[in-house]
Amino acid sequence: MSNINGIAASSGIAIAKAYILASPDLSFEKKKIDNPESEVERLHQALDISKQELEKIKENARKTLGDEHAEIFSAHLLVLSDPEMINPIQDKIKTDAVNAETALEETANMFIDMFKAMDNEYMRERAADIQDVTKRVMAHLLGVTFPDPALIDEEVVVIAEDLTPSDTAQLNKQFVKGFTTNIGGRTSHSAIMARSLEIPAVVGTKTVTKDVKKDDLIIVDGIDGQVILNPSEDEIASYKKKQEDFEKQKQVWAKLKDEPTVSADDVHVELVANIGTPEDVIGVLNNGGEGVGLYRTEFLYMGKSELPTEEEQFDAYKSVLEQMGNKPVVVRTLDIGGDKELSYLKLPEEMNPFLGFRAIRLCLERDDIFRTQLRALLRASTYGNLKIMFPMIATLDEFRQAKALLLEEKDNLKNEGINVSDDIEVGIMVEIPSTAVIARQFAKEVDFFSIGTNDLIQYTMAADRMNERVSYLYQPYHPAILNLVHNVIEAAHAEGKWAGMCGEMAGDSIAIPILLGLGLDEFSMSATSILPARTQIRDLSKQDLASYKDQLLSMSTADEVEKFVREKTNQ
Amino acid sequence: MAVEKTMKITDATGVHARPATVLVNKAGSFASDVTLEYNGKSVNLKSIMGVMSLGIPKDSEIKITADGSDEQEAIDAIVDVIKKEELGE
Repeated sequence: MSNINGIAASSGIAIAKAYILASPDLSFEKKKIDNPESEVERLHQALDISKQELEKIKENARKTLGDEHAEIFSAHLLVLSDPEMINPIQDKIKTDAVNAETALEETANMFIDMFKAMDNEYMRERAADIQDVTKRVMAHLLGVTFPDPALIDEEVVVIAEDLTPSDTAQLNKQFVKGFTTNIGGRTSHSAIMARSLEIPAVVGTKTVTKDVKKDDLIIVDGIDGQVILNPSEDEIASYKKKQEDFEKQKQVWAKLKDEPTVSADDVHVELVANIGTPEDVIGVLNNGGEGVGLYRTEFLYMGKSELPTEEEQFDAYKSVLEQMGNKPVVVRTLDIGGDKELSYLKLPEEMNPFLGFRAIRLCLERDDIFRTQLRALLRASTYGNLKIMFPMIATLDEFRQAKALLLEEKDNLKNEGINVSDDIEVGIMVEIPSTAVIARQFAKEVDFFSIGTNDLIQYTMAADRMNERVSYLYQPYHPAILNLVHNVIEAAHAEGKWAGMCGEMAGDSIAIPILLGLGLDEFSMSATSILPARTQIRDLSKQDLASYKDQLLSMSTADEVEKFVREKTNQ
Repeated sequence: MAVEKTMKITDATGVHARPATVLVNKAGSFASDVTLEYNGKSVNLKSIMGVMSLGIPKDSEIKITADGSDEQEAIDAIVDVIKKEELGE
């Protein structure tokens, strides 16, 4: 029995066996053999199991990631049936009298080297595909399993170094009761996905993959950020109780599902959700979201070999808008580049990706990509209540250029006889300090602001939020951040516009009273945070909180702010 | 007597994994021997590794040859796939 501390990324308690999603040890001994026939037989058995697994993985990928992604596995399957691959392995076993592992590795390496030596970058990348397939066959030769999210068919807790977008997309909620990873924080992709899937998760444990062995019993406490290995009977009982309490709490929250979000003194604010795909909308509605405050469109572009077409995008946007009815949907245009790479765009590597060629900067230069997205959005606009938001705006000129392109495409569509809504609000994401500082000038031209705190904090504090050594500087309650947020809200209101927030901060129980007091109009968060936030806001008096404003804004440290808020709100 | 057909690749990425997969599957459904020739090198079109190992880029000229009982059907079907996948013309 032992405990590991991590970061609580998604609420709830999971108790199940560990499923380690990491490559097993595939080292082997190079051996001479004397019965080549049985060695070839062993090879074919490993190939057959691998093919069966790949069929499953492919089917699952088709359902969760789409046809195009599934085709990667069709290619993998062909490799395992390819005479040019299999015959040389068999020949090696027979003529060199070596074991199947050696023959497999040598043959695969020959192909991998050949692909790596090609002068076409796309083909060089295919070397990785051969490596992937080879590993799976090798694992079966060695009698170990090569894990994959698609192969999970019993209740487990998934243990991994980190989870990629395609991993999380393939997790089946029926079997995956929770997960825990070595790296990541509350705002990392895996954490965001855990909340949208509503499964308990603890991230950033640093060592969990090393501490846990296959089939160990694990408790993931996503409420307090704890992972318990091989718990005692008592611990299991007490966590089962905690799990029940959490479920009861959820039922209490659920009563507020169809209630408006009003403070104790009867002021209405909007609680909306962050989503990544049309499938996330169901979670928004189940959790009583009053709209979508941030639709991240990047997922349409990721895990593919080429840009999504206008039609594909139109279908996705239309689906979200239709499902949300007349509720507002704020769509953020493409925020790619920097850390979120698209290999098919072939962007050069940068020294400082977060300060580099990304988001609106990329879209204004590659206006072919941008126009396609804008056309898809405009065409979808008649199916609901669409608002368009541009990310990473640093200058007014960028906003003006982006808006001009939007209006141009609107005219083009109208000339083509296509209907476009005339009530689309166009706003910006405020995540660059320069924009927060002169929000007053922006407010004259934009229809709304949405403060993206994850980036605003890292840019204001000059601290990479992914770098654990400086993560202490990621301080949402820092008075500098509060003053910027305040400035943005005041600027919006002075021009009769609205201000929202779509970073993690908007769903944080310490930040909510502060933001309510500062006059924030819209809070956008993970769907599962909405009901707890609504519960909290109904007990808060906006007027009282507003009276602390000057005091809070003149404080010197984040700790001082936190302590003050805790006292005033009994937390 | 074998049948052959010369085509030009128009896809920006060349013969990449997805269309290659479709081609190999299609070729595999015929009894005839089917080969793909590019830049003086000829490979078995029923082998994904063979096809990919040619690393055929955009604007290349390729030659497909089928030899066997169903050679004409094979060539027609493969040419059809190449056009349908917008891989070449």
